[in-house]
Amino acid sequence: MLKHQVLEHQVPVHMKNEGILRKAFLFILCLAAISACAQRRAASNTVTVWHWMTDRHDAFQELARRYEAQTGIKIKIDLFAPSDSYKQKIIASAQANILPDIFGVLETKKVFADFIKYGYVADLTDEFQKNNAEWQNRIFEKALSASRYDEKNAYGVRPGMYSVPLDVTTIQMLYNKRLLQVAGYEKPPETFAEFIEAGRALRRVGIAGMVSGWGELWMPECFALNYAFNILGEEKIMATYRGEVPYTDPDWIRVFGIFKTLVDNDMLVEGIITKPNKEAEQDFALERAAFAFNGSWSVNVYREMNPDLPYGVMLPPAIQQEMPLKIWGGAGSSFVVNGRSANKEKAVAFLKWLTDQPQQEYLAQETRNLPSNRNALAAIPEALEAFAAGMDHATHPTAWELNEQPLVTEELTRGIQSIILGKKTPEQVAGEVQAVKIREMAKEAKRKEFQRLGSQRISQ
Amino acid sequence: MRNSSRTLSYFQNFLFIAPALAIFAVFYVFPFFYIFKLSLFEWNGISPTMIFVGLENFKELMGDGVWWGAMGHAAYITLIALVFQNALAFALALACDREIRLKNFYRVIFFIPPILSEVVVGFIWRWVLNPQQQGGEYIGLLNYFLSKIGLVHLANNWLSNPETALTCIAVVHSWKGFGWGFVMLLAGLQTIDKELYEAAKVDGAGYWRTFLNVTVPLMIPVILVVIILTILGSMQVFVLIMSMVGQGLEFEAEVPVTRILEAMMSTKRYGYACSMGVTFGFILILVSLAFKKLLDRAKQA
Repeated sequence: MLKHQVLEHQVPVHMKNEGILRKAFLFILCLAAISACAQRRAASNTVTVWHWMTDRHDAFQELARRYEAQTGIKIKIDLFAPSDSYKQKIIASAQANILPDIFGVLETKKVFADFIKYGYVADLTDEFQKNNAEWQNRIFEKALSASRYDEKNAYGVRPGMYSVPLDVTTIQMLYNKRLLQVAGYEKPPETFAEFIEAGRALRRVGIAGMVSGWGELWMPECFALNYAFNILGEEKIMATYRGEVPYTDPDWIRVFGIFKTLVDNDMLVEGIITKPNKEAEQDFALERAAFAFNGSWSVNVYREMNPDLPYGVMLPPAIQQEMPLKIWGGAGSSFVVNGRSANKEKAVAFLKWLTDQPQQEYLAQETRNLPSNRNALAAIPEALEAFAAGMDHATHPTAWELNEQPLVTEELTRGIQSIILGKKTPEQVAGEVQAVKIREMAKEAKRKEFQRLGSQRISQ
Repeated sequence: MRNSSRTLSYFQNFLFIAPALAIFAVFYVFPFFYIFKLSLFEWNGISPTMIFVGLENFKELMGDGVWWGAMGHAAYITLIALVFQNALAFALALACDREIRLKNFYRVIFFIPPILSEVVVGFIWRWVLNPQQQGGEYIGLLNYFLSKIGLVHLANNWLSNPETALTCIAVVHSWKGFGWGFVMLLAGLQTIDKELYEAAKVDGAGYWRTFLNVTVPLMIPVILVVIILTILGSMQVFVLIMSMVGQGLEFEAEVPVTRILEAMMSTKRYGYACSMGVTFGFILILVSLAFKKLLDRAKQA
């Protein structure tokens, strides 16, 4: 102890002061950092945008620069990629109440509804309908369906419009003209039977049939639901979601059977089950498969990978004509305005400007995405026109009256994978999906009971 | 006077560890208890209200076949890593501990896989194991090589076949991770007094007898640490799986961390994901404690 005291006396006073000052400075720095994280952003001349679109970042930066030059309002564009990390960031930021002025919600309609209900997303209905609905009318109606919650929505959200579509997208079938010619086809197949026959002809000359990123669960789900519309129709799909039609219905078994037909006829490329979509895009661009099931964003990817790729776009070939085959499409990327932002008006003004024709034309030309502004369609590259034509057949889960429970969807997509792996039959998968559906419906009832008990406890 | 100065000294000493203690409490202890609290609720991660469900999530987890299957897959990867990865690491450490040419070069080479990004490693191996053909030739390096040496019948759909996918992932995981074990085991070997080897040689012991009676007993504490780290690292394997098989293969390539992520990000069941996290953490702690006990006994022996 004596040694300590001696040492303490040996330290010069100015050094002691420096130490105290350093500690005080660090303390203030910590406080500033904590308060910066915790406090709500005050109104300012800067509108902050968080997005996940790596391919559009440069174009957004350029548009932000132009907007600042025109209005004096600074737009700060922050990129957080990939989209999975972005989703996590948005949820964590919502929990911490530090969302930016403008952001995107990459979630199902049910989760999006929660964002709205708890005030993280502003209601834009009045803005869309100002001046005889000028803003609403300039945007594709199908793109707006993801934004809209109607009177009878199943999520308890106040009816209105909540997001601003930046671009539209459709997911269709692409075909390689050169490879089809090698197999003796001058035009693409029109029916599912012709599609399968084309696959056999391609295999005979050593060419793989179809590639897609089915290592990502949403892609086989999308493919299956396209055919579910073709075989069951929308009403029967919704009845299934409500629990009124079982997955063991022969029509659903027919939907699952499509995957068995594809496998039995050697229509799918080797390893499709674990393939990420980026790799599937590479395969099609390098002419390793004659067909690709992919979205309109791929136009940009193929242009960069193989500018001379001779491909066309078609709807996935229908299995029957009684009911229309629907493809997934509508709003590609959307932005929302933070309902708790102090810069709400400025954020809305920027989004209106961003969806105006000149900016939409610029985005379409720079990023090869279909613009959400219908007046900007004239400026789209030729390859996108076929994708744009598919908008008439487009639908999307975000536009449906209700969505399936996530665990049932997981079982359905994993079941499809097991059919492709040859482990299960369509009937087995249908039975297993239905078992999960029954279990989830029972759990939902139990959850409501817990909720009721919980609210009773609070009222006591 | 003496008591107060001792208290002051104690307080001063405590101040030195206070920052570390605070960081540990804020970033480890608090989240652990918070996660346990969340595991008692049904919550989608967004809603400010959570439904209290008690131990329902844990009850459901106990009967969740996919979860226990995922635990089994992680255990399989761990088993392969324990045998293959550590045997390779020990063999190479023994080789580099001897007076051989270019031993520093080998040390650097063996430590390259661990410093590579797991995503990059995953994608490189996806290319090596690619089962596709173009123009009659295999695209993937392994199948191409097999076809060129007359073993085309062994060419396989390595990552999309449930019978081989998990083993491929385990082998790549071991290849990626053996460098850590190599460095630790090499450091352990270099602490063994060379005079012991000379004494054994004078006593007429051959290489194997020296290895079994001198090297192995003295290396047991290091080997046990390497084993514990291998178990903890392999049970939590995740990035390699996502980059090599994504969400494919039905539930055949699921491991605990992918299930936790699925529950949080896809099915939006934060409470259930937290119950998985708590259970998984508890199992890992038990395994670590068991090996710690083993380590203490080995040290005493």
